[in-house]
Amino acid sequence: MTRKQKRLSMILGGLAVIGLAAGLVLYALSGTITFFYTPSEITDKGVARGQRIRLGGMVEEGSWKRGEGTVSRFIVTDTIKTIQVTYNGQLPDLFREGQGVVAEGVIGPQGVFTADTVLAKHDENYMPKELADSLKAKGVKLGKGAEQ
Amino acid sequence: MIAELGHFALILATAVALYQFIVPLYAAHVGNQALMRTGISAALMQLLLIALAFGILTHAYVVSDFSVANVFQNSHSAKPLLYKISGVWGNHEGSMLLWVLILALYGAAVALFGHNLPLELRARVLAIQASVGFAFLLFIVMTSNPLLRLDPPPIEGNGLNPILQDPALAFHPPFLYAGYVGLSIAFAFAVAALIDGRVDAAWARWVRPWTLAAWMFLTIGIAMGSWWAYYELGWGGWWFWDPVENASFMPWLVATALLLSAIVVEKRNALKIWTVLLSILAFSLSLTGTFLVRSGVLTSVHAFAVDPERGVFILAILCVFIGGALTLFAWRAPKLKAGGLFAPVSREGGLVMNNLFLCVACLSVFIGTLYPLALETISGDKISVGPPYFNLTFGPLMLPLLLLVPIGPFLAWKRGDVAAALRRLWIALALAVLIGLIVLALNLRGPWLAPVGMALGAWLFFGALSDLAAKISLFRVPLSASWQRFRGLPRSGIGTVMAHGGLGIMIIGIIAISLWKIEVIVALKPGDSAMVGGYSVTFQGETPVTGANYTGRAGRFLVAKDGKEITTLVSEKREFKPSGMPTTEVGLHQTMAGDLYIVMGDATNDGGRAMRMYFNPLVNLIWLGALVMFFGGICSLTDRRYRVGAPKARTVPLAVPAE
Repeated sequence: MTRKQKRLSMILGGLAVIGLAAGLVLYALSGTITFFYTPSEITDKGVARGQRIRLGGMVEEGSWKRGEGTVSRFIVTDTIKTIQVTYNGQLPDLFREGQGVVAEGVIGPQGVFTADTVLAKHDENYMPKELADSLKAKGVKLGKGAEQ
Repeated sequence: MIAELGHFALILATAVALYQFIVPLYAAHVGNQALMRTGISAALMQLLLIALAFGILTHAYVVSDFSVANVFQNSHSAKPLLYKISGVWGNHEGSMLLWVLILALYGAAVALFGHNLPLELRARVLAIQASVGFAFLLFIVMTSNPLLRLDPPPIEGNGLNPILQDPALAFHPPFLYAGYVGLSIAFAFAVAALIDGRVDAAWARWVRPWTLAAWMFLTIGIAMGSWWAYYELGWGGWWFWDPVENASFMPWLVATALLLSAIVVEKRNALKIWTVLLSILAFSLSLTGTFLVRSGVLTSVHAFAVDPERGVFILAILCVFIGGALTLFAWRAPKLKAGGLFAPVSREGGLVMNNLFLCVACLSVFIGTLYPLALETISGDKISVGPPYFNLTFGPLMLPLLLLVPIGPFLAWKRGDVAAALRRLWIALALAVLIGLIVLALNLRGPWLAPVGMALGAWLFFGALSDLAAKISLFRVPLSASWQRFRGLPRSGIGTVMAHGGLGIMIIGIIAISLWKIEVIVALKPGDSAMVGGYSVTFQGETPVTGANYTGRAGRFLVAKDGKEITTLVSEKREFKPSGMPTTEVGLHQTMAGDLYIVMGDATNDGGRAMRMYFNPLVNLIWLGALVMFFGGICSLTDRRYRVGAPKARTVPLAVPAE
C-alpha cells in the first residue's frame, strides 16, 4: 500500500466507526429516554397511556397503604393534581409521606400509575431537583428540603 | 488557634503555587537554570503546606472540635474513629482539600523523582501542575474553606450521612482522586511538550508511568464505588449508569486509550499529536467530572452542597484549562513533527482501532450524560437517560473492541498478519467457541447475548493466557526454560496479560449478572420460607439492635441448600443518630458461584415483612477482574524501564526476549 492509501484507509475506518456510533446514539436517544412529569403536567401535556415516564411529586399525607403482600399504593401530588400509584416491590428507606418521590413506570388503562422503580434519594432533606424546579415554577411554597 | 494556622497554611500554599506556576515557566523560557530549580523546592513547599492544613482538619475531626464549622456539619462525637477520619473527605470542602493534597503529592513526586527529565521539561511540567493547584487552592480559599470557625461552638455535631459510613466508601474517594488527579501529570507533560515543541519516545516513557498510576487508581476507585453501591444501597445492582458514575468512567476510558497510544509513541515514534491530545482530553474529563459532581447540576449522593457560586467557579476553572490547553494545542500541534505512517494491520494499527473505539464509546457516554442537562437548558424538557440508552450505544461499541483485544499483542509492529495471529490463538478461540456452545446448549431459548457474551469473556481470558504462553514459549521449550523465560519477562508484559485477563474475568461476571440474576420479592412472616436460586431462605424473626450511633431491627434468615443448613444471614433496618436517617443493611452470603443477597423491607399489614432477595450469579468476578487489572497495573509500574527516577541507561538482563 502506498502512503496515500494507508492514510485513506485509516480515515475511512475512523469515519465508519464514528458513523456507527452517531447512528447508535441517535437511535438510542429517540427510543430510550424517559420524560419527567408532575401529576398536573400529565393532564396538561396529555401523556399517552402506556408511555414510559418518570413521575415526580410529593407522597400525599395519609395516602400510603402499605404491604398488601408486597404491593404498596400511594398518591403522588404536586399540590394541584394527584395521581394514584401502585408499586410491587420494596420502597426505599427514605420513602415517607409528605416527602418528595420519583417513580418510573407507565400509566395504566384506569389512569393508575404502575411504577417499577421508586426513588427517594439519599438525603432526608432531599427533594428531586426536577420536582423542586417544577413546583417553584408553579409558585408552590417549598419546605426546608427544597433549598438543598 | 490550630484551625487558623491551617487556614493560613492554605493561603500560603496558594501563593507558593502561584510562584511555582509563573517563575519556572519564565525561567524555562529565558533558560535560567537556577530559577528553574526553584520550582522543585516550591513543589515540596506547596505539598508541605497543604499537608499541614489537611492534617489540621483531620485532627479537628478526630478530636471532634465542633468549633470548626465543617466538623460540626459532618461529624459526631459518637462516630467510630475510621468514619471520623473518612468524614474529612465525606463533604464538599474536605474533599476539595484532599483533591489539592493529591495534586501537590503528584507535583512533589515529579520534583523529587524527575532527575532524569531535562531541566526545562521538569520546570514546565511543575509550572503547569502548579497552575492547576493554584486554581483549585483559590477555589478552596475563596468559596470552600474547610477551616471556618463557629462562634459559639456547638456541643454536638450533625453527623455524617450514614450510608457514607462504610469501609469501602472510606477509601473510595482517595483512590478515585488519586486517579482523577494523576491524569493532571499527563496533562502537564502534554502542555509542556506543546510549549517545548517536542514529543519523542523519551517523552512517552516519562508520561506512561504517571498515566499508568492514574489508570490503576481509577480502576480500583471505580470498582470500590461499585462494590459499595452493590452492598450498601441495597438495590442489588452494581452499576447504574448514574451521571456521577459516568463522570468517573469517562476519564477511565480515555486514560486507557492514552496508556496504549503512549506505547506507540514510545516504540514507533508515531501517533504523537494524537497522544498529546488524549492527555489533554483525559484531564479535561477529570475536570468535567469534578464539575458535574461538585457543582450540584446533578442530583446525587455526591452533590454535597449546592452553591451556585461554587458551580460557576469550577466552570470557570474548567473553561480556562480545557480552553487554554486546546487553544495551545491548535496553535502548537502543527509544529510537532508528525510520526511515521504504518500499515492498518499492525500492532500500531490495532492500538489505533482500540483508541478509536474507546474514544467513540466515551463520546457516547458523554452525550448520554450531558444530553439531559443540555435539553433542559434549551427546551426546559426534563428527561432521564437510563441504562437502556447505554446498553444500546456503549454495548455495541465495546463488542468489536473486546473481540480485537486478544489479537493485538500477537500482531507485529509495522506490518501484522491477522491470520497468523489467529493461528497462534487457536486454543483460546476453540475454548471460547466451546464455552459459547455449552452456554447455548444449557440455555437454548435464552437471549443471544448469553452464549456470545460468555464466549467473549472466555476469549479475552484465554487470549491473555495465550499471550503469556507465547511469550514464554510454553510447551515449545522444556518447562524449566519456560520458567527461566517467565522470570526474565519484562514486568510490563505480565501487566498486559493481567490487565487483559482481568477484563475477561470482569466481562464474564457482567454478562452473568445481567442475564441470570434472580430476583424474588415476597412477603414473609416469621417461620415462612422462600426459594431463591437454589437456596431455601427461612425468615426466623426480628430482634432489636443497638450500635454506637444507631438503633434498629435485625431480621434473621436461615439459609439452606439441598436440605443442609449453610449459614444465618442478618439484614438490618437502622436509624442513625442524630439525623434519624434510616438505612438498610443487606444480608449477604458470598460465594464464587454467586451471592445470595437479602434485603428486609417494610412491615406488611398482616404482621410480616416484605423481603427482596436476589441470587447474583458470578457477580464477584466483576470486582475480582478489576482487582486483577489493578495488580496488572502495579506489576507494569515496577518494570525497570518505567521505574520512576531510574537512571536512563541500565544493563538489560540477558534473558529478556526481544519484543
